Amino acid sequence: MKTTETPAPVPAQPGPPVAKTDAPHGPSRKEKQEGAVLNVFSHGILVVWAILVVLPLLWAVMTSFKDDSSIFSSPWSLPDKLHFDNWSRAWTQANMSDYFLNTILVVGGSLIGTLVLGSMAAYVLARFDFPGNRFIYYLFIGGMSFPIMLALVPLFYVVNNMGLLNTIHGLILVYIAYSLPFTVFFLTAFFRTLPSSVAEAAFVDGASHSRTFFQIMLPMAKPGLISVGIFNFLGQWNQYMLPTVLNTDPDKRVLTQGLVQLAVSQGYKGDWSGLFAGLVMAMLPVLAAYIVFQRQVVQGLTAGALK
Amino acid sequence: MQHGKYRFIVGFLALPLGLYALFVVWPFIQSIYYSFTDWTGLSPEFKMVGLDNYRRMLDDEIFWKSLQHSLIFAVVLPLVTISLALFFAFMINVGGRRRRGGPVISGVRGSSFYKIVYFFPQVLSIAIVALLFAFAYNPDSGAINSILRGVGLDSVQPLWLGDPDLALWAVMAVLVWSTVGFFVVLFSAGMASIPADLYEAALLDGANRSTTFFRITLPLLWDTVQSGWVYMGILALGAESFAVVQIMTTGPGGPDYSTTVMVLYVYQKAFRDGQAAYATTIGVALLVVTLAFAALVMRLGRRERLEF
Repeated sequence: MKTTETPAPVPAQPGPPVAKTDAPHGPSRKEKQEGAVLNVFSHGILVVWAILVVLPLLWAVMTSFKDDSSIFSSPWSLPDKLHFDNWSRAWTQANMSDYFLNTILVVGGSLIGTLVLGSMAAYVLARFDFPGNRFIYYLFIGGMSFPIMLALVPLFYVVNNMGLLNTIHGLILVYIAYSLPFTVFFLTAFFRTLPSSVAEAAFVDGASHSRTFFQIMLPMAKPGLISVGIFNFLGQWNQYMLPTVLNTDPDKRVLTQGLVQLAVSQGYKGDWSGLFAGLVMAMLPVLAAYIVFQRQVVQGLTAGALK
Repeated sequence: MQHGKYRFIVGFLALPLGLYALFVVWPFIQSIYYSFTDWTGLSPEFKMVGLDNYRRMLDDEIFWKSLQHSLIFAVVLPLVTISLALFFAFMINVGGRRRRGGPVISGVRGSSFYKIVYFFPQVLSIAIVALLFAFAYNPDSGAINSILRGVGLDSVQPLWLGDPDLALWAVMAVLVWSTVGFFVVLFSAGMASIPADLYEAALLDGANRSTTFFRITLPLLWDTVQSGWVYMGILALGAESFAVVQIMTTGPGGPDYSTTVMVLYVYQKAFRDGQAAYATTIGVALLVVTLAFAALVMRLGRRERLEF
């Protein structure tokens, strides 16, 4: 009985390593055997993809410790010794430290701004009835489906006219604006699920609306804020298109932008090992954060799509 | 709850709405307006030219190339990515060996390990991923051709990003690599919520695993698949394809514009060639393509909602 037909169209994939068959245990009842064959098959394919995911990253780490000549002559050989000088060169001479600092400033500012402004707007939209509520809500979430690129050309001139081009705070404001659609969408749904009795009780006790919000609703919304915060953190940390257009001053470059510029210019300078060190340097913080906060990251990133 | 309500509402909405209107909504409206002008972006003067930009676009060979590539991105990328992800998620969640006394359907051993590893690329910046693969694709010293040489395929040494026929597919493979994990996790979560007794009943009735996939898993997961499809298509038309094409392919835009996509063409026209008005025209075309894509997927994918 053929049991290994693939359930979905699978594009060119290296076949599963089937050399070692894990023979079915005990009496080979039909379904049991089917399970076993499928099991070997699925493990094989899953392992192949896991290797495909990890290998390029390992290769980058390995290369970042090699000297230039061996990078070119034998890309897969192990480094003759660990060239830590690549890393220090990237950090100091290739301005990686500046790019890190800029990124931390921009992302720190935008993340706080996005969460504060996003939750304020979402709270009002979720819990108050007023004319125009629906219109504003759809205006916000409409931004999720439009191509940013369309707005980017006039955006450049808006930002330029305000004198915000090539500034950290300008970038922060734009990041916040472009993070609002998803943030408002997500948090509005979240605030609707919170019980209204607590807020009402506080209000009856004489707390103002804003006091009720900051001291009662916001702490209650913490799980939602964490999810949407992680989503925004990764999105803003990894942003490439907005800084490429709005931030052309070499001193203000963020990490992604700086690395790409470095790669372009490195074509002339030829410090490939330093570049690889920079690349790995930029990958490590997010990978480390992902491994530590794995559950929250996955929840945060998939939260919107599952709703 | 009436006291000071409107003052509060205005106070809380003013700043977020103001920022959003200024940096998102207003530029959108402007860009549609600019597409009817001859604005260069370099000087403040411009005049209305009606549909001239649109006519020019229809005669622009590179525009058609970029449209064609964007459409390939929007169709092939979600198809490959989502199929692969569904396949992996099914393997992870249903492909397990039946353990003595265990449930009928179970995930493979180490399923959470696979989910963690597959998700890795998703947290990396697409710009950094693109850079990494640009090196890996290098024909002489890159990792990929070196592997090919290592397994004795010395004669097969493609130029990858330098080959007009291959470059687009090489670029797309990178997006598949970086996105599959997200959908594996997403679909896994969906599959976990499908009750096991549905599978149990089907298997007792003699269905094999692939039948259960098409008859149980896929229909019950359909909503998630569909929204994933739209999401992936929008990414493929927009920001993600911009980063990979701009960073990875030479030119940029590839040999003989073989990898140029609409977003990249908008960028080049506006910020390289000083043709801001024409760029916004292509941007409007991109908007139309994006909306048409979303509408088409929602329409084609409409089927009765299944509850369980």
